[in-house]
Amino acid sequence: MLVTVTVNGVERSADVEPRLLLVHLLREVLGLTGTNVGCDTTSCGACTVHLDGQSVKSCTVLAVQADGSSVTTIEGMAHDGEMHPMQQAFMENHGLQCGYCTPGMVMAASALISEVEAEGRTLDEAAVREGLEGNLCRCTGYQNIVSAVLACARGELGDGTGVQVRDRQEVPA
Amino acid sequence: MTATEPRTDEATKVTGTRLLRKEDPALLTGEGRYTDDLQIPGALHMSVVRSPFAHARITSIDTADALASPGVVAVYTGADLADLWADQMPMAWQVTEDMHNPPHFPVTQDTARYVGDAVAVVLAESSVAARDAVDLVDVDYDPLPAVVDLEAALTDEVVIHESAGTNKAYTWDLEIDEAAVAKAFDEAAHTVTGHFVQQRLLPMPMEPRAVACVPEPFGGGLTLYSATQIPHILKVMTAVTLGMSEADIRVVAPSVGGGFGSKLEVYAEEMLCTALAHKLRRPVRWLEERSENAQATIHGRGQIQEIDLAADADGKVTGVRVRLLADMGAYLQLITPGIPLLGSFLYCGVYDIPAFSFTCTGVFTTMTPTDAYRGAGRPEATYAIERGMDLLAREVGVDPAEIRRRNYITHDQFPYTAVTGLEYDSGNHESAAQIALDMAGYDDLRAEQAKRREEGGTRHLGIGMSSYFEMCGLAPSRVLASLNYSAGGWESATVRMMPTGKVQVVSGATPHGQGHETSWSMIVADKLGVSPDDVEVLHSDTNTSPHGMDTYGSRSLPVGGVAVALACDQVIDKAKQIAAHQMEASADDLELSGGVFTVRGSPDKEMPMAAVAFEAFTAHDLPDGVEPNLTAQVTYDPPNFSWPFGTHVCAVEVDEETGAVEVRDYVAVDDCGTQINPMIVEGQVHGGIVQGLAQALFEEAVYDADGNLQAGSLAEYLVPAAPDVPPMRLGHSVTPSPTNSLGVKGVGEAGTIGAASTVINAVVDALSHKGVTEMRMPASPLHVWEALQAARGGDGEGLTAEGATDTAGADRDAPSDSLQADQGGAS
Repeated sequence: MLVTVTVNGVERSADVEPRLLLVHLLREVLGLTGTNVGCDTTSCGACTVHLDGQSVKSCTVLAVQADGSSVTTIEGMAHDGEMHPMQQAFMENHGLQCGYCTPGMVMAASALISEVEAEGRTLDEAAVREGLEGNLCRCTGYQNIVSAVLACARGELGDGTGVQVRDRQEVPA
Repeated sequence: MTATEPRTDEATKVTGTRLLRKEDPALLTGEGRYTDDLQIPGALHMSVVRSPFAHARITSIDTADALASPGVVAVYTGADLADLWADQMPMAWQVTEDMHNPPHFPVTQDTARYVGDAVAVVLAESSVAARDAVDLVDVDYDPLPAVVDLEAALTDEVVIHESAGTNKAYTWDLEIDEAAVAKAFDEAAHTVTGHFVQQRLLPMPMEPRAVACVPEPFGGGLTLYSATQIPHILKVMTAVTLGMSEADIRVVAPSVGGGFGSKLEVYAEEMLCTALAHKLRRPVRWLEERSENAQATIHGRGQIQEIDLAADADGKVTGVRVRLLADMGAYLQLITPGIPLLGSFLYCGVYDIPAFSFTCTGVFTTMTPTDAYRGAGRPEATYAIERGMDLLAREVGVDPAEIRRRNYITHDQFPYTAVTGLEYDSGNHESAAQIALDMAGYDDLRAEQAKRREEGGTRHLGIGMSSYFEMCGLAPSRVLASLNYSAGGWESATVRMMPTGKVQVVSGATPHGQGHETSWSMIVADKLGVSPDDVEVLHSDTNTSPHGMDTYGSRSLPVGGVAVALACDQVIDKAKQIAAHQMEASADDLELSGGVFTVRGSPDKEMPMAAVAFEAFTAHDLPDGVEPNLTAQVTYDPPNFSWPFGTHVCAVEVDEETGAVEVRDYVAVDDCGTQINPMIVEGQVHGGIVQGLAQALFEEAVYDADGNLQAGSLAEYLVPAAPDVPPMRLGHSVTPSPTNSLGVKGVGEAGTIGAASTVINAVVDALSHKGVTEMRMPASPLHVWEALQAARGGDGEGLTAEGATDTAGADRDAPSDSLQADQGGAS
């Protein structure tokens, strides 16, 4: 089946099997391997992406369900050579070690902040912990992840010196 | 030509600062390259047909339908592949001469011995085609009885390996003066006995295992990519297992998504991908599914412990006796039999104990093989002695903090030769404990506890503490030799100052999240006076880093990091000769500060290291006998283990009515010697604590009596999520290691070693006024309820689903036990 998805701002089409999962469309068909697969039960959250602005586990969405939608992956978070504030917050707060859960964490955390802001709520530590319940990390004990998300929500970031990255907005063909 | 302005002095020292990690930008932007991210055109995908039976004879395998399935290229049974193996799967720790190491091949030949044992493999053009075909392989099994209980296994009623003739793999004793132990118990004023179960755990790194083997286009060589902690050891073992030349195998571990010991291993799938890529001269790749990770990646712990403590009237411990049954699982993996031995040295904990005996029996069962898991034997040992100290405190009638004070090896006793013969390099337990108790507000907590007990109520406050040693920096090679371990404990480092003054470091230590690139850069920056940004660290590829012993056992910094520092020292020595020659001065008069050589007594003369590097590169005017280029290679074998230590204290609330345990506060004071990057140290401690806390409260690889793993995915196996764990408060002291030039010790396992006993001591303490003295891990609602029932004189029999059980994994807030009443090896 032909599926057309706007990924990180670029329209992409592919002819896929109906059973193909969104995560495999991203990784195997489109070559965007930043989104990771950690389990087969939708438990770990490593594959979290934004689908039309909502945080979803891309192993729970069929590629065909995403037809016509807009998807943001971790590769689409940095802009103009600068990290997204959430990425920067993770770096500054040592919110990652092996980095495998990190793309999913960053996607879930950034969506959490948008959601909370849209509702006019303030994010406290308990709300961050609850909000990240669907994303497992085995390295950090979560403490620095929680610190990172709170720092980002409160705008408590450094000047970003030394954290320039390659702009990945343009997806390679 | 210099890379940056040289840094000047102490004020700009980077070690000891919270430098942000160099690793992070790539990992944060999706540029990390894990093994399964590699794009390999033309690769065949492997899928493994796994036994659904814990123990069964394979009577026939029909592969015809699978072979006919679209996209399938080949299907192989164990018999088809038998001639590919020059040797059986590697096992590197023959702990006793008479230990049984039964045949173990990547695909079993005739009998499945655990659920998940490989029975056949499928190769196909896509992963989906391979997985589809697995279901079409028709295997006839003749089921045999499962053996999941260690005591039952020892009766040999059902023998798992016919060649061994028994399920006893070995019995290993730490040979110490038995008469002294007997005397201690004869003369003791107090004795206590603890019976503890170290439940099986699933390591569950977030990245499942992944392997890809690519034949080189010319010649017979192969590149094996694997999510492994041990590319160097894997390379040697692959060559031995396949009967190939080491020179033909390159092993690369790209980004690795966590290991915790479970990737300190040589796995069947690594051998299969390599052998089949070699046989077919096509790339072969494999990605583990999470449910396979639960079944076919090694498990941790799995011990039944009995510990006796003898003490005098004051509660001073005079003797310790330990007997273990250790669950090997169905086969011996790389270092399976040695894990309890590593622990044997820590059953005296941080205490001044004059008499000790230890004996361990390794037992085969029809469950997944066990092996190293974070701490590897040492969390188990610490749990036993620290639970034992609480039992003793109760017996003697003193506070748990007081019983420990009376028994600590005091700071003035270091270096201290333990009864086991090992020398503890440094420590200050009484200080670390006091800091932790003060941070936790121990006296106030005890007062609150007393008040609440007076008032009654069903929600109880418990306070737990544990003090620990982490025997890390594995290891002096001669010590490993004395334990019959088949590898050394050294680590290699090469430091090259390039013509531009930038520095390249090649390390044999192979990180999987620990931030080696940052830490090594910091060490080099201070040694050579360059910016950490100008240091490049190469690792995890046996072509660029041919010598290494890899990363496990908190060895990277105290062995690998020290090797880097020593290599820098050698570079400086050589640079000094060249600089002295250039400046027409005596090398003895040269001083290096901030990357610049100056001459004592001649203030106008100076030469930056980078300029020396350029001279060494052009080689136009070098002193006689000095070779071009500023390069040094060091292989460092530590003279001793290093001994980080600390005390953890936690406060828990236990609800008597629901059995729920909530950790209210967790304080950890760890001393890992000099800290290179305190931020990384804290991260390691946080993660470690949560893995220990998870053993205490949540996790168990539950098997039923038929040998089926009941917690076989992340839906049932309760890896804690963010709301399940408390914020942790960390303190530290710094007691530098006297055995290395950096004063560093390891820290990767510290949190795990301290945590489980701290939490369980707190849970038992919370219910101690109800008569509870024991708590089966994990302290889930069911186990709390059972402990209360036992204390009330009931035995927990007749337990029904009402109230005490719920659906497994359905609610992370209420970890469930409906499956645990029937579990085997730990009953």
